Amino acid sequence: MQNKSIAQLAADLRLRTYSSVELTRHYLDRIERLDPRLNSFITVASESALAAAERADRVLKSGDAGPLTGIPIAHKDIFCTQGLRTSCGSRMLDNFIAPYDATVVEKLAAAGAVVLGKTNMDEFAMGSSNETSFYGPVHNPWDQTRVPGGSSGGSAAAVAARLCPVATGTDTGGSIRQPAALCGITGIKPTYGRCSRWGMIAFASSLDQAGVMARSAADAAFILDEMAGFDPRDSTSADVPVPDYVDALDDDIKGLRIGLPKEYFGAGLDGRVAAVIQDAIKEYERLGAEIHEISLPNSPLSVPVYYVVAPAECSSNLARFDGVRYGHRCENPRDLEDLYKRSRAEGFGAEVQRRIMIGTYVLSAGYYDAYYLKAQKIRHLIAEDFKRAFDKVDVIMGPTSPTTAFPIGDKMDDPVAMYLNDIYTIATNLAGLPGMSIPVEPVDGLPVGLQIIGNYFEEARLLNVAHRFQHATHWHQAAPAGFE
Amino acid sequence: MPWETVIGLEIHTQLATQSKIFSGAPTAFGAAPNTQACAIDLGLPGVLPVLNERAVKLAVRFGKAIEAEIAPRSIFARKNYFYPDLPKGYQISQYELPIVGRGQVEIVLDDGTVKTVGVTRAHLEEDAGKSLHEDFHGLTGIDLNRAGTPLLEIVSEPDMRSPQEAVAYAKKIHQLVRYIGISDGNMQEGSFRMDANVSVRPVGQKALGTRAEIKNVNSFRFLEKAIQFEVERQIDLIEGGGTVVQETRLYDAAKDETRSMRGKEEANDYRYFPDPDLLPVEIDAAFLAEATADLPELPDAKRARFQVDHGLSEYDANLLTATRELADYFETVARDSGEPKLAANWVGGELMAALNKTEGDLAGCPISATRLAGLIRRIQDGTISGKIAKQVFEAMWNGGGDADQVIEAQGLRQITDSGAIETLIDAIIAANPDQVEQYRAGKDKVFGFFVGQAMKQSGGKANPAQVNDILKRKLAP
Repeated sequence: MQNKSIAQLAADLRLRTYSSVELTRHYLDRIERLDPRLNSFITVASESALAAAERADRVLKSGDAGPLTGIPIAHKDIFCTQGLRTSCGSRMLDNFIAPYDATVVEKLAAAGAVVLGKTNMDEFAMGSSNETSFYGPVHNPWDQTRVPGGSSGGSAAAVAARLCPVATGTDTGGSIRQPAALCGITGIKPTYGRCSRWGMIAFASSLDQAGVMARSAADAAFILDEMAGFDPRDSTSADVPVPDYVDALDDDIKGLRIGLPKEYFGAGLDGRVAAVIQDAIKEYERLGAEIHEISLPNSPLSVPVYYVVAPAECSSNLARFDGVRYGHRCENPRDLEDLYKRSRAEGFGAEVQRRIMIGTYVLSAGYYDAYYLKAQKIRHLIAEDFKRAFDKVDVIMGPTSPTTAFPIGDKMDDPVAMYLNDIYTIATNLAGLPGMSIPVEPVDGLPVGLQIIGNYFEEARLLNVAHRFQHATHWHQAAPAGFE
Repeated sequence: MPWETVIGLEIHTQLATQSKIFSGAPTAFGAAPNTQACAIDLGLPGVLPVLNERAVKLAVRFGKAIEAEIAPRSIFARKNYFYPDLPKGYQISQYELPIVGRGQVEIVLDDGTVKTVGVTRAHLEEDAGKSLHEDFHGLTGIDLNRAGTPLLEIVSEPDMRSPQEAVAYAKKIHQLVRYIGISDGNMQEGSFRMDANVSVRPVGQKALGTRAEIKNVNSFRFLEKAIQFEVERQIDLIEGGGTVVQETRLYDAAKDETRSMRGKEEANDYRYFPDPDLLPVEIDAAFLAEATADLPELPDAKRARFQVDHGLSEYDANLLTATRELADYFETVARDSGEPKLAANWVGGELMAALNKTEGDLAGCPISATRLAGLIRRIQDGTISGKIAKQVFEAMWNGGGDADQVIEAQGLRQITDSGAIETLIDAIIAANPDQVEQYRAGKDKVFGFFVGQAMKQSGGKANPAQVNDILKRKLAP
């Protein structure tokens, strides 16, 4: 059951092959049995999930079922879910029960999805390994001594381990694509503004984007169809029509122009990862695509630019967590300053504090021009690189991450080494472009992700290009041992 | 050494919108604490601001009224600082690229000269909440009803040279925002708050002295006193060999002094940066036209027109254009009575005195403009004298109906029947032979005695002109 696609599950539910309650219980059982090995869930919402499944079954019986009616799903714990703890992976919000639903949560609920629970993540989405979570690290289902990637590591591990059919994620610098790559699943980060940010706890507002983590591009298309769209509550959401992503999946890709940026295949890329990526590109050639070498000359600057812009925004976005209205408050504050200092020192972990300090520094009087303003200028140049590239090619491909999953604890003492994990994914966020990661041939039993970057609002093309590959290959069907 | 005072003002005026600048919560004053604060105002995790278009329109109206440039593209920035009544840890404001650029207003000084004061900029921002320090036994209560209320911050050039000029400018802005309907200007409710930047320099020196900023003054009287105190403090300080430090000061009205709040070294680094949650505000010609289409006649233009159209003195024109409501009231009285000068006297005199005495405003005025015009018509057509008219006015004020009803009910119609007046006067002359003797002996002053008797005995209703004529004739030797 846990290996079925969303389309199959939806069809089975409609035919009453099994009920949503049975399906939901099946996944809740798997979570209970298998998640202790992974720690991919922060909150399992058994009771409300079964209640939602019962409602879904009634709707299914009445024949008014929506596209996702009765399909279980998990949300990254960054999305506010009314009545459910929304922790953002932080001690700061360990006691926070959201009083409202994020738009993404609301839309998926309206489509009939059943929420199994909230998945683990790096604290406030800051991390590339899921080790910064207050709730402990997530283990990669392919090798439980290794990280699942981050920050949407819980969603990636849960989907890879078949603890849920699909999960939501968010991606600020690679937080959907990198864990998707490291866990061997399919992840899509849509264009900035494609999905509403309302109710999604902000890390870096100009970069954050919600997306889908699934086992295939087809499954992702089903979910994105329901998630995407303009939201009047988010001024930065795009008022651009949403095409039918499922409809476009099977389009022919003959003549597709694929650009390979030479900067994505240079030093720092694991040779074995490079080799399987090249093999995947060859598969695309067999499917009729043309390969072009391109250059994104400013892409080496994307990591430093990102680590100015994202911390700057986060230092401001996280100022609201002050112990005054909600969230963690220190015991017996002496005065206001003590309340602020201790609540925040206790509530935030080391990586979050590091980024708040970097962000505060780069926005300070006297440093603003040299850091923040300069970073914004380079950000513009990075976007221009892509613009020129998309004059010549339809999609850009390369590795999602320079290596396979690394051992837990390996990079925690070296933030810069950790940051370089996102070297291939960050530029798309800076430019606001959509990106995907799909599994290709593993290296030493560990998954490798192929990144596909598209032009603005070309999610349909990305999903189509990914689906054609998955139609021709079987890498995406592999399940980690013990979780089949 | 002679000193010159230099003053610039920052005025925060609350914009008259139904809902907040970035949320749908209501802005009404006086609700129970935290009952008008939604998830956005509380700064809950995951919430996002959406700009209130009405607030933008009101800001644009102001820009137009001071002949300022309206920025075709302006941006919102975050002003970051921690304070318990600032829920997000930042205030959404405008920093670079404010919506209203450079403009100007004219003020009239005491000696009648007109001075132009530059407005540097005006920008949109959200208000913070309120910290409540009483009734919480050593704790502080937070009321976020105000949080997110739209404000327009109007920043002047350092163009004022005396406390009186500063007050004249502040009053001018206050008048303007109420005229164009962008703010109720209610100072008690905090809808109009002033910060004054004050410095002194030796007369003739070009460079500005170090300034102190007096925060949050909410009355014109206090503004004048606060600046006056601050100027004297700075001059005393410098003349005593000290130096003024750049700092924020608070005016304590009870002690009539300013006190240091925080110095420059303790000043926050606000770390302004463009708010990534909000798109730039783009204002095109259509929006501009729509926002300013129903802009009313502005006070300066109205004042000039009143002098020309109604023949008013500059003083009366100034007085009667103080608010739009008063000007409209006056014009109705002037039009309906056909007597603009009498209308000016009655509106500027009796009516305003009565309103002041009862601390009422025109909205609740018991005498409508039409009825006041009716009273003036009765003076004009000789039905009543000016003196009796005051009696009629008072009765009308107290709900006695219109002028004709009061005149009828109280029998106040003027006596113009010369036969009746002659009979009355004959009796007075007969009863006062001594006075007649004195008058005829050349003591002219006694004439007033006879007039007084005639008016008294007629209950004030005898036509004074006729009384004069008849008396002169009958007393003639």
